[in-house]
Amino acid sequence: MLRVDVEKQLGEFSLAAAFTSEGRVTGLFGASGAGKSSLINMIAGLLRPDRGTIVIDDETIDDTAAGIHVPSWRRRIGYVFQDARLFPHLNVAQNLDYGRRMNRLASDPAQRERIVDLLDIGALLDRRPGKLSGGERQRVALGRALLSKPRLLLLDEPLGALDEARKLEILPYLVRLRDEANIPMVYVSHDVAELRQLATQIVMLKQGRVTSFGGVKVLT
Amino acid sequence: MLDISPAEWTAILLSLRVAVIATLVATPFGIALAWLLARRDFWGKAVLDALVHLPLVLPPVVTGYLLLLTFGRRGLVGGFLADHLGIIFAFRWTGAALACGVMSFPLLVRPMRLSIEAIDRRLEQAAETLGAAPFKVFFTVTLPLALPGVLAGMVLGFAKAIGEFGATITFVSNIPGETQTISSAIYSLIQTPDGDAAAGRLVIVSVVLALGALIAAEWFARRATSRLHGN
Repeated sequence: MLRVDVEKQLGEFSLAAAFTSEGRVTGLFGASGAGKSSLINMIAGLLRPDRGTIVIDDETIDDTAAGIHVPSWRRRIGYVFQDARLFPHLNVAQNLDYGRRMNRLASDPAQRERIVDLLDIGALLDRRPGKLSGGERQRVALGRALLSKPRLLLLDEPLGALDEARKLEILPYLVRLRDEANIPMVYVSHDVAELRQLATQIVMLKQGRVTSFGGVKVLT
Repeated sequence: MLDISPAEWTAILLSLRVAVIATLVATPFGIALAWLLARRDFWGKAVLDALVHLPLVLPPVVTGYLLLLTFGRRGLVGGFLADHLGIIFAFRWTGAALACGVMSFPLLVRPMRLSIEAIDRRLEQAAETLGAAPFKVFFTVTLPLALPGVLAGMVLGFAKAIGEFGATITFVSNIPGETQTISSAIYSLIQTPDGDAAAGRLVIVSVVLALGALIAAEWFARRATSRLHGN
């Protein structure tokens, strides 16, 4: 369960959004500049709301009235950015293990193998991010986020930087993830087709406001 | 080959010891300051920045004299350190290291700061979302990515420290075996009749050390670039 009710002033732009989602994949849909990224950054804890609350499951991670702001590193979220953001000084295997090490989780070879297989990145483990294609990078970024064992996975236009062919390469992995990984996701996109395939619930944003909320049919 | 006399060896080894200690002690401070200047906005930042660069533009004799006033036996800090911790700088090799450390500090900090500024902060955000607290982000992402710049700063600082003359001789004088570094040995030799040959040998040593350090710093800088691109 994800409950968001926040306000944030960013220069001239004002964001005021509220929604509660029980869906497996909550799609945040809107044109660029609608406030999707600011909203997802607030859920991630990278941006602090001026006013409001954010609740994941039963834990309040932001409540400005009560002075609660759980920092990013204690939110147990996974975040896949549009630009992968793999650590250039670490190879793929070390990138994958980073979240587990930082969270002091015991090594879980079975889980690691499952995700490496799911994303088909077994052949890349020894490579540095500089030697990967855009699609490969995004798959590794997905694996890295998943292996930190998050309770919520945030994806900010993960296909946005890829061309059509690469998008089609990654989409099936995302569908498998939704059906097999059992982690709720928030998926930001301005692409109707992508969200139709992936999302189970849609939050539609326009100029910083939620204009509609519901099943995938609100996209029409 | 160079026929280096024992007295000259003493000066060379002292210079190396002074420069190594000065660099090693200055490095943690340099990294902290570089990070502060690259990443934080605070009141008085411009003043701090100017202070760091001051030894670069101040006449070295002024820096040396200020060190003498502050860290000498009767100086405010020097007196305290001598009485309470037994650390004495005046007319000791440790004082030479302090003078070299202060004089080389601007050169040491600069590459470190530039390399921290060049790091994509979004990588640090990514680390945070993966569960790394700020100090862990610093040690697992920021510092490793800045490492070539840190090493370049150390090499440059070392090269400057080994050649330092003005502040050192003002602060701790020119005592063979204690504070007489390569530079002050050369200075003494060229004022001595028949000292030319010995001075020449030390000059060659200086040039070799300085050139080596500059080449090393350049190499580290290039490593930094390729590291940031993930190759």
